Amino acid sequence: MALDEVKPVVETGESYDSNKEFKYVGTRPNRPDGLDKVTGRAKYGADHAVANMLHAAVLRSPHAHARIVKIDTSKAEAAEGVKAVVIGTDLPEGLTGGDLHLQENTLARDKVYYDGHAVAAVAATSALAAKDAVKLIEVEYELLPHVIDVDEAMKPDAPVIREGDQGPTVPEGMHPNVVNYMEFGHGDLEAGFAAADLVLENTFKTEATHQGYIEPHACVGQLGEDGKGEMWVCTQGQWFIRKMCAAVLGLEASNLRVTPSEIGGGFGGKTTIFSEAISLALSRKAGGRPVKLVMTRSEVLRATGPTASTSMDVKIGMKKDGTITAGSVEFRMQGGAWPDMAPTGMALNCAFASYDMPAVHHVGYDVLANRPKAAAYRAPGSPMAAFAVESLVDEMCRELKLDPIEVRMKNGAKEGTKASYGPTFKQIGLMQTLEAAKAHPNLQAELGPNQGRGVACGFWFNHGGETSVTLALGNDGTVTVSAGTPDIGGSRASVALMVAETLGIPYDHVRVNIVETGALGFNEPSHGSRATFATGKAAVESCNQAIKEMCRRAAKKWGIDEDAVEWKDGAAHPAGPNAGEFPPMTIKKIAQSMGRSGGPISGHHETTAGGVGESFGTHVVDVEVDPETGKTTILRYLVVQDAGRAIHPSYVEGQYQGGAAQGIGWALNEEYVYDDMGRLQNPVFLDYRVPVASDLPMIDTVIVEVPNPGHPYGVRGVGETGITPPLPAIANAIADATGCRMRHLPMTPVKVLKAIKERVNG
Amino acid sequence: MVEVNLWSGLRRFTDGELVVTVEAKTVGQMLDALVTAYPALEPVIESGVSIAVDGEVITDAHHIAVKPDSEIFLLQQLKGG
Amino acid sequence: MSNKIHVSTKVNGDEVEFLCDPRETLLDALRDRLNLTGAKEGCGTGDCGACSVTVDGRLVCSCLMLGAEAEGKEIATIEGMAEGGELHPLQRKFIEHAALQCGVCTPGILVAAKNLLEKNPDPTEEQVRYWLAGNLCRCTGYDKIIRAVMDAAEEMRGAA
Repeated sequence: MALDEVKPVVETGESYDSNKEFKYVGTRPNRPDGLDKVTGRAKYGADHAVANMLHAAVLRSPHAHARIVKIDTSKAEAAEGVKAVVIGTDLPEGLTGGDLHLQENTLARDKVYYDGHAVAAVAATSALAAKDAVKLIEVEYELLPHVIDVDEAMKPDAPVIREGDQGPTVPEGMHPNVVNYMEFGHGDLEAGFAAADLVLENTFKTEATHQGYIEPHACVGQLGEDGKGEMWVCTQGQWFIRKMCAAVLGLEASNLRVTPSEIGGGFGGKTTIFSEAISLALSRKAGGRPVKLVMTRSEVLRATGPTASTSMDVKIGMKKDGTITAGSVEFRMQGGAWPDMAPTGMALNCAFASYDMPAVHHVGYDVLANRPKAAAYRAPGSPMAAFAVESLVDEMCRELKLDPIEVRMKNGAKEGTKASYGPTFKQIGLMQTLEAAKAHPNLQAELGPNQGRGVACGFWFNHGGETSVTLALGNDGTVTVSAGTPDIGGSRASVALMVAETLGIPYDHVRVNIVETGALGFNEPSHGSRATFATGKAAVESCNQAIKEMCRRAAKKWGIDEDAVEWKDGAAHPAGPNAGEFPPMTIKKIAQSMGRSGGPISGHHETTAGGVGESFGTHVVDVEVDPETGKTTILRYLVVQDAGRAIHPSYVEGQYQGGAAQGIGWALNEEYVYDDMGRLQNPVFLDYRVPVASDLPMIDTVIVEVPNPGHPYGVRGVGETGITPPLPAIANAIADATGCRMRHLPMTPVKVLKAIKERVNG
Repeated sequence: MVEVNLWSGLRRFTDGELVVTVEAKTVGQMLDALVTAYPALEPVIESGVSIAVDGEVITDAHHIAVKPDSEIFLLQQLKGG
Repeated sequence: MSNKIHVSTKVNGDEVEFLCDPRETLLDALRDRLNLTGAKEGCGTGDCGACSVTVDGRLVCSCLMLGAEAEGKEIATIEGMAEGGELHPLQRKFIEHAALQCGVCTPGILVAAKNLLEKNPDPTEEQVRYWLAGNLCRCTGYDKIIRAVMDAAEEMRGAA
């Protein structure tokens, strides 16, 4: 087809009139799944059981890096109750790229790459029988040297983890463990630093953390000899699970039906597969019997996808009056033993995103290490980048005796600012969040001895993505929406509110179901803060399609032109006095007679959603640091963030508070601890210490609304931005309280106490 | 014709050019045209990039229109969590 | 010869019996033998509280107790919290306050909170936080949970 014959579909730049008063949008009704969840009726991944079901257990490598010399599964195969055993070489050969990596991580082929890497699996008639049988599998390993630390893994003498995975942009001569290299920027960096009154540079480090969802991965997989199968699984994205399992096992994706259960947390960690394909492989080997596979907590921590550990250099130039003149960063991140998993690129894009700077330069390295294959964790890369940049900005504010909020307002990105990553910002709400933070009563709270206050800003791009929604009218005038984005934060309620608003019908008359892969077109997972945005947008378009049809039915009944009918308050009306005098035809009336008037009425919409709006946030935290123990107590925590428009304010607040809590854990306690053999030392919740109820105060929230013109109701995704400011905000508060600048997360009592002592001793 | 801003690390594949002009009406055509003009860009683009069109970041939506006055930047690929 | 143990016990006021392996936990027995899947396994080591039930009125992590130990006891799970179709004030308040997001920790927290209010009908915020410190939530940051518990306690005191 010639170039000028292609008719592009314009999705960006659509502008909706978002500044109206709403009847349903912005209210706080009960969520539709609330009853099921408070009574224990809701069914999660491990809550499903079917007839003839077997149970799986997985054997995992105890070594960080080793060659598999031999696997003997004979004793396991002969054990009581065992119906199938699989190992890596049972999976099809010939995969490349991302599919090969997924397959290697599912079951190791000839090498194990991290402590916990799956090596074999058993399906048996009971969970205990499977666990017992797995211990009978004999594996002979040839140990290889390993490397855990990101900077160590780049050194010339570091053990080589994989050969031939170096990306095309990596400079000549770098170690094979360096698999990707990024560089971008604009402006005259040298001139920028020369113009500054103060130039500071420092190195910041963060450790690997896990999303920490309370529900371990769980699925029931069934696969017949004919290559047709089904899976029940807790997931953020059933189509991704289908696609990935099919790739790993050499199946036709359309032959696999994946049904999402309710999900007990994901935060990015359930957008991909880890052991799910094993249940299908075992099922096929066991003659098609369904196989339930539930991970233990230590398997989740050892062998699913934590986020990267990082080593980051930052250099910033600032004038005496607080103007930032230039900034440069070099980020080194490890994403486990496979390429393309470290969030280095995204971290670089976020690093200076909150600032309007004339000169910026970014360099990044994606490095391999003998650690589990990293997965996305809530705004991947952004929290680490914020830790480095916002900490250094704070150091400079302190040295120049400038107010941290004023400096951010002076240099903050606004509409028309050239973003640090290149393009020009459209409407964004950073300034509004800074103003709201500045005006909040928390800023007036008096600070006592050993107490300090920290401020930081954060950012996430948000995402649109492939979305399909269908909406069907019931005979009673109620509406059923089939959506594809699992509800991890209350999005069913938000989608129902938007549908109620668009159709003009009560919220209780809208049902939103999250459906399986066979029932709807493709949907990307609930990730990138896209569910309320993209599913909502597609649902609104589906409503518009149904409205058009309902108006057509009314027009036909009234004998007038279609264009002479309008939809208002849940009914078709003649549009204006010239159209004729007919009483409004309610949705219920149209629905009751739809069979006779032409057939069932539905609306649907498929799109790769454009019109995405970024979400900026400002956090303010007050801490008290005990000078005898180094323990940090959070006294007050304020989250101010731009939601565009809060469809259901309670669930927007929930995202703000949840993101802050994860950030607090990451800043103060959470980290992956390895011994010198590269084995994870803390794969249990006792030692991988996430925040508990007694660690936190109430978390104050302010929802700022700078409506996104790209969405019919002005929605900006909100799920991810909230985790980006806490790391530096808390570091800044600790610096304020103790005079000690912590540059290596987590800021545990041991580390803070050491810093305090070193400072006191000079 | 549209102007595409590349990131500085890609200079070695484009004879030092940071801004490349190609004939295209959609994002997909623009990416294809970049590879035609500079074949060394192919592996980078194949492994995935995000694109900012007039300030809006897009990943995978190759049908989106680009106009002669569109502001277009290639970015590191974005994934959410 | 089977090594299974026959257990007779009372769950949510009903007499029940099941066969279980000596190594099965009470959590396994509730979920797999009695199909009461409200209690969840979040960790298996007694650190997350998602498996919370009460045994003879005492709050326990059912993953730390054996199924066989249920013999002759009275066990209360989330499934028995609503009486005759009427939600407990805590359950109602959790929905009203949006005190849950993914909801997987919710059964354990509700059981724990109910137990607290039976012992102490007028707890301070600090007391609620420390009582619930054994119930991990990763989604909410606990704010709305604490508010819901305090609000339910106030309502229950008013009705008493």
